[in-house]
Amino acid sequence: MKNFTRRKIRGALALWASGAATAVGLAALTAILWTLIARGFKGLSWEVFSAMTPAPGSEGGLLNAIVGSLIMTGIGIAIGAPIGMLAATYLSEYGKDSRLSTVIRFINDVLLSAPSIVVGLFVYTLVVVTMGHFSAIAGALSLAIIAIPVTVRTTDDMLRLIPESMRQGSAALGAQPWRTITQIVYPAARNGLLTGVLLAIARIAGETAPLLFTALNNQFWSANLNAPMANLPVVIFQFAMSPYQNWQSLAWTGALLITAFVLFLSVAARIIAGLFGGRERRVE
Amino acid sequence: MTDMASSTIAVELALRLQREARFERAFRLLTLACALLVLAILGGVALALVHGSWPALKTFGWSFLVREIWNPVTDEYGALAPLYGTVVTSLIAMCVAVPIAFGIAVFLTESCPRWLRQPISTAIELLAAVPSIVFGIWGLFVLAPILQHTVQPWLIHAAAPVPILNQLFKGPPFGIGLLTAGLVLAVMVLPFITSVMREVFLMTPVSLKEAAYGVGATQWEVIWGVVLPASRAGVIGGIMLGLGRALGETMAVTFVIGNAHRISGSLLAPGTTISAAIANEFTEAVGDLYTSSLLALGLLLFAITFVIIAAARLLLLRLEMRTRPTK
Amino acid sequence: MKKFKGLAVTCASLALGAWLAGSATAAEISGAGATFPYPIYAKWAEAYKQKTGIGLNYQSIGSGGGIKQIKAATVTFGASDMPMKPDDIKSAGLVQFPMIIGGVVPVVNLQGVKPGELVLDGETVAKIYLGDIANWSDARIRSLNPKVTLPDQAIAPVYRSDGSGTNFLFSNYLSQRSSDFAAKIGANTSVQWPVGIGAKGNEGVANMTAQTSGAIGYVEYAFAKQNKMTFVRMKNREGKVVTPQASAFQAAAANADWAKSDSYYLILTDQAGAQSWPITGASFILMYREAKDPVASGAALNFFAWAYANGAPLAQELDYVPLPAGLVKQVQQTWRTSIVASGKPLWTGK
Repeated sequence: MKNFTRRKIRGALALWASGAATAVGLAALTAILWTLIARGFKGLSWEVFSAMTPAPGSEGGLLNAIVGSLIMTGIGIAIGAPIGMLAATYLSEYGKDSRLSTVIRFINDVLLSAPSIVVGLFVYTLVVVTMGHFSAIAGALSLAIIAIPVTVRTTDDMLRLIPESMRQGSAALGAQPWRTITQIVYPAARNGLLTGVLLAIARIAGETAPLLFTALNNQFWSANLNAPMANLPVVIFQFAMSPYQNWQSLAWTGALLITAFVLFLSVAARIIAGLFGGRERRVE
Repeated sequence: MTDMASSTIAVELALRLQREARFERAFRLLTLACALLVLAILGGVALALVHGSWPALKTFGWSFLVREIWNPVTDEYGALAPLYGTVVTSLIAMCVAVPIAFGIAVFLTESCPRWLRQPISTAIELLAAVPSIVFGIWGLFVLAPILQHTVQPWLIHAAAPVPILNQLFKGPPFGIGLLTAGLVLAVMVLPFITSVMREVFLMTPVSLKEAAYGVGATQWEVIWGVVLPASRAGVIGGIMLGLGRALGETMAVTFVIGNAHRISGSLLAPGTTISAAIANEFTEAVGDLYTSSLLALGLLLFAITFVIIAAARLLLLRLEMRTRPTK
Repeated sequence: MKKFKGLAVTCASLALGAWLAGSATAAEISGAGATFPYPIYAKWAEAYKQKTGIGLNYQSIGSGGGIKQIKAATVTFGASDMPMKPDDIKSAGLVQFPMIIGGVVPVVNLQGVKPGELVLDGETVAKIYLGDIANWSDARIRSLNPKVTLPDQAIAPVYRSDGSGTNFLFSNYLSQRSSDFAAKIGANTSVQWPVGIGAKGNEGVANMTAQTSGAIGYVEYAFAKQNKMTFVRMKNREGKVVTPQASAFQAAAANADWAKSDSYYLILTDQAGAQSWPITGASFILMYREAKDPVASGAALNFFAWAYANGAPLAQELDYVPLPAGLVKQVQQTWRTSIVASGKPLWTGK
């Protein structure tokens, strides 16, 4: 009896501790979000979306940074997502479980968790030094390289969920694999593919380190791909480390904008994936 | 149908089949090229880093890894201080995050009321997507002042009489430093490790758990004695992935690490990590040896994270092979 | 498939449009470097853009960064508070000239101490940054400040973690005042500080000092002024206690003999004169002799000329010292003789 009581107490304590851990963990995360919303909201105004980044001590907004981020993220995903999808198509449709596919999948997963600053260094040595200057295209390229593993992983998982019977039916009608893929498999996996792209966008939208030495930053409006371009993450980095009140306030607002964007995409991705059905796959 | 018509159709058909076959070859080649690009990226990154860090590696050799000096004036560099900072902050992060993540995962899979389960799980997954720079600025503006004015003085005071602890918690309370960076990292990797652990716990075969309950085990004993050992590989893999992420994290750490190329015994002292050093100094590094040394740091980081992540992925792969039915 | 095509076309046209739009914008001057003059460069750039529509994209990444970027020719001009040595200038094919003069000021974060209340001298500051003086209540600080209540609090020195001309000026001054400092640390844009926290840019040091109780840092005076920081008065070479302000910086710069300098290499720290601020310095611009992009370089020179002629009021607001008229003439003569494009002098102004 005594042994049983001891076991019961130990069990109760452990479960209570796990509840406490949850409370602590959630409290910390909630506190962060709360601070972000409170401080970011305070600086939120029409001006944020209509004025350029200001000089220290002057009023301004984040327009050039927002647009710059949109442009570079857009180009990054436009380059990275198709490559990722095609690579995953090879893995799931042609390579299947071959030795090469296994190796590629493994390397892809490694790249998925690799430090993004290393990607920034890579693009710096390859593009910035060769071109001779920082540029938005270098920034977009580094974002593309980060987007590729994410897209490969999600697309690969989604395509593998499509029942083999569909492919076999199509083959039985005489279709070449490419036709089966583009006209049967892709449309069937449409939602899943979209989920993957949204998750990739969410991932690269918040990346700072790779942009530090590729796109640099720009105080003014610039849509020139061949020159440094303002972007939200680097602006937040610069403004947060400064002593100026208006810059710090803009940094919080910028952080709120990025987080809201990323969360929106993540939620949208989950909803669309839910419509698609199949096992929910988390992509790290 | 006349002979002419049927042969025209036949020719048309043959031509179309040829075209399709050509398309097929092209398409297959295209997808293969993209797949190989993934390998090329990894290879390219490694190559570029090795090429860029060659001057530094040639000048310093293996001593690069064990020297603390980082002097741009005399052009002498050593990776010891960033390496130390990277390892220490990541260890602190894991020591704090893993138990809490374990607790949350246990809570979610066992004691949580059913209606609360999905919301909390979803919340945690969404929090994993929050960009790391948010954690960085939160650390600088919210956590650091709290630590400086409340927690650190208390730690210094409480640890003063204890022999080893008073060396660990020595020195003026700066608010920023290794400990702060470690805590910010912990909060950042927490959602990630939690969701991995939770998924892995959910994969435990119900029959195993029911068998344990059947012989009279308490809930906690089932978790500790059945679920955890069964998902050991997955848990370790998840922890290692979290570690890999913590090692490579830049923005969460750069704001609060203190940028001091020094090793000190105290956790409250400022230091630097590999990624913080690169982020802070790369654009201004004057001189080829300086840039090359920073690239060498990048190579070091890449190598370390590669080993850890690869090992983690192998573990997780083995787990997947075991529990997922083969296709 | 059709959907993909439509999407691809839209993306491509957007990208093309962005490229074309970008290429059509007015000439933009790009510069990078010192954070020391950044507050005034930013104000000038704002005013200049309002007047002419031409923007100046200045990345304040530290003097070290400025030197690196101009050597790599990724920007039109570099800015550095540490003047490059004449030999380095010539071998790199650059031209160097001063743009503005300012002062580096120690700032502290001590409860109860008001701006300008604390007095320090070079020796004491050197000892603080060497780690010899670790507490604010140390007798050596108290002897300089008999009337100030100093708390028993650990000193948290804040230094520049990036390659900085401000760092050069500061460490140069301390090296002159303390042989111990000169031997152990030395003077350069980046040195190995034995104690303290590192921060990026003048902005970072200002921020870190303001955030950390008991901290001492060093920033260009405009940063201390703009952010209402607790600045420190210094005892100069003559033993007089000086308040940091434009007149003190000007007094230090008055002794400078620019005409005799080679490539304007002059360091203004620890100058003689009862009113002189001990840590004064000029901030320099670096450009290529042979302009790599004549249009951009020409636009840059026009901007600098405008700043020389019209920028004084804005500079004085921030307690920077504009260059004296004679020096401006000398600099513009240097432009005429040294900066060329296809063999012809680039700057054609008066």
